[in-house]
Amino acid sequence: MKGPLLIAAVVAALASVPLFVHSNVVFNFLVVTLLIALTGQGWNIIGGYGGQYSFGHAAFFGTGAYVTAILQMRYGLNAWMGFVAGIAAGAAVGAIIGGLAFRAGLRSSYFALVTLAFAEVLRILASVAPITGAGVGILIKLDPRPQSFQFQSRAVFYLVILALVAASLAIAQMLQRSRFGAWLIAVRENEDAARALGVDATAVKLGAMVISAAITAAAGCFYAQYFLFVDAGIAYGPWISIEALLTPIIGGAGTVFGPLVGALAVKSLGEGAKLWTGDVPGLDLMIYGALLVIVVAFAPAGLVGTLANVRERAARRLRAPRKGRAEAARG
Amino acid sequence: MAEPLLSVERVSRRFGGLLAVDAASLSAPAGRITALIGPNGAGKTTLFAIISGFLKPSAGHIRYGGEDVTGEPAHRLARRGIARTFQIVQPFGGISVRDNILVGAYLRHAARADALGVAETVGREVGLGDLLDRPAHTLTVAGRKRLELARALATAPQLLLLDEVLAGLNPAEIRDIVPVIRALCARGIAVVMIEHVMQAVMSLSEHVFVLAEGRIIAEGSPAQVVADAGVVEAYLGRGAAARIGATHVH
Repeated sequence: MKGPLLIAAVVAALASVPLFVHSNVVFNFLVVTLLIALTGQGWNIIGGYGGQYSFGHAAFFGTGAYVTAILQMRYGLNAWMGFVAGIAAGAAVGAIIGGLAFRAGLRSSYFALVTLAFAEVLRILASVAPITGAGVGILIKLDPRPQSFQFQSRAVFYLVILALVAASLAIAQMLQRSRFGAWLIAVRENEDAARALGVDATAVKLGAMVISAAITAAAGCFYAQYFLFVDAGIAYGPWISIEALLTPIIGGAGTVFGPLVGALAVKSLGEGAKLWTGDVPGLDLMIYGALLVIVVAFAPAGLVGTLANVRERAARRLRAPRKGRAEAARG
Repeated sequence: MAEPLLSVERVSRRFGGLLAVDAASLSAPAGRITALIGPNGAGKTTLFAIISGFLKPSAGHIRYGGEDVTGEPAHRLARRGIARTFQIVQPFGGISVRDNILVGAYLRHAARADALGVAETVGREVGLGDLLDRPAHTLTVAGRKRLELARALATAPQLLLLDEVLAGLNPAEIRDIVPVIRALCARGIAVVMIEHVMQAVMSLSEHVFVLAEGRIIAEGSPAQVVADAGVVEAYLGRGAAARIGATHVH
């Protein structure tokens, strides 16, 4: 099964879960997992396809969460409007950070450090500024009606985040098949060679950063609506930057399903271990660390990438006898 | 003669205290192969980097197609029709040969189907037809050189800068790729090649520029250039021409 069909099948399978499952605990787990998958898909656009490893995607997640919360609570805006505004604000922050970093020609670890610094600056500002509720944070008023983007049933929340994840999968799929995506991957593989082929590397990276930031900001908006509380540590904290880059790397950076698979793997292991050992604080972080070491050491292409490689190698072995001796001799 | 497609006018490039290129001028007409030769460290690759927009010249001008394009960034020059290959091959290693060429093809064809068609045609033209679905990092040196050429060609250039595409190839591989280069030139592309394989320079190019220590020290037909005393000295050291002359007399 290929591309769009596979996305449709996976989304349909996930959408059928509420038909069989009615446990709030399970829904809570699935919602958080998909939330992280969405955050990670945002990172995957600039990090996975573009090769620009951001360590500060909290900047976009937090901006989405805060803008949604502030517009509702301070200015009385409708929650759905707040959601759209939050995504736009996240994209704008992406344009600013990307514009500054890429125009300055920052690459690899320098880019990572600058994004981390921006997220930290935003965290500190949010923890003192009155409009963000400073250290107290912002509570969103409970109002479980669809028009205020709140739902009685967790199943509905689950379907909403699933729809967002489906959209992000479709965006990644379209990116892969587009000229813009080919240019972005070329920049990741070799920026100078890409420029020689007419690719405006700065513009391409900036465009990817904006898309990336918008997707991650959408996850932040959803977070605010689901948990109805935002503070500086949650919105702009390093935890979300780590989740954003860890899940796609473990699942397969630069693949459509990498973030989703990574989020499922990481969250299942984390929750499983918690159930098994009782709620040991910091255990999930230890699992992330161990998993990351294993993946980087043994499967640098991530779970999805490794699977694809194995399948490709098997296919080549099947083709080899038919293609004759030349291929075998070369291999 | 009509104005050449490319003319480099007294271009200099300074790196701190080092004058890598010193008031070098050269020109390349459409449909011809022009060679740029010179000893190691002469500044040939630097000059290519300036022409293709990867470095800005410290002084001088680049005219291309009748316009002054000095200091324009690389991607914009590529859009104007200047393509280059890299001396140290730079494949997009993680993706297939086809996708490598596709990146170049996308420059003139926004639609995926069109670009894929161009990539396929160009891939076959340079002899990579059977390897299109291989990951680029699995190619041999000769394959990578062909890939460099294919990617550049996929951008449909009018001026092609080839930086040692023959270096590291064995005679059979050179024999395979020389006709490809000749065919380009027959299509009206201006080819400028940096080359150390003198046999290829002699057989392919009609006009040769010799760069030594950043300066153009000689130009002319290949036969004229190899007979030039200054060129012999640049390669073999001061006084070499006289010594060779002396041996011939005895």
